[in-house]
Amino acid sequence: MTVEVTRTDDGLRLARLDLFFVELMRQIPVSADPGDSDAARDRIYPVATADAEANEDWRAYVHPELKEYFTTSSGTVREDLENFEQLDETTENWAFEIPAEHFDQWLNVLNQARLSLAARYDFEEKEMSQNGPRTIETVRDLSLFQVHFYGFLQECLLQDLAG
Amino acid sequence: MGNGETIVEKESSTATALDIPWNVVVHNDPVNLMTYVTMVFQRVFGYSKDRAKKHMLEVHQQGRSIVWTGVREPAESYVEQLHAYLLLATLEKAE
Repeated sequence: MTVEVTRTDDGLRLARLDLFFVELMRQIPVSADPGDSDAARDRIYPVATADAEANEDWRAYVHPELKEYFTTSSGTVREDLENFEQLDETTENWAFEIPAEHFDQWLNVLNQARLSLAARYDFEEKEMSQNGPRTIETVRDLSLFQVHFYGFLQECLLQDLAG
Repeated sequence: MGNGETIVEKESSTATALDIPWNVVVHNDPVNLMTYVTMVFQRVFGYSKDRAKKHMLEVHQQGRSIVWTGVREPAESYVEQLHAYLLLATLEKAE
């Protein structure tokens, strides 16, 4: 499995993607949605204090603003993900470019996805600090692989933003 | 938890005698990347890379870092910004 990452004038270009990685990328906004997982929702929308009354206010006033921001970022990423390019007739050579003006939205949605998956599957610190699963046999293994792959994409974006 | 000295950021010029100071605390989680957390501290608080990195390491090694102390309204605004970046941040009354 190979993914080639290069910086272009317009953004970050990923090439030599096979269909597995194309699908992993298409899953980014899907994985970012906490859905029916209370653990994921609590992680994406935390409270701010130990005071119950203050937290009710936080849920009432801050969470809707966060939700709007996260939904807008997710929408941007979904639109970008419509632009995969098949470079030849094989299925092993797809390319995709993350536009430079959308790096912040991508960082945000990749983070939502990683945090949602980690909360949903209760990944331990040890699993997060390793390089990902050696084999993928279960949905949980695949989700851990996603978390590591999305972390790799975040690192590429962060390196670019750091100059 | 490590034994490193806690780094406390103070903004005494905006606090009055009647204001109870509040700490903005960032807690460790195993998911957020260290480089990402450093970038967020630089962006939200305008910290230098070295200062941001010190706080990031404190979060990573000691489980939490007080990243700002001051009056409640800006403290709440900082926590909201940190939540938008998906960091685990809370408000605590300063001792």
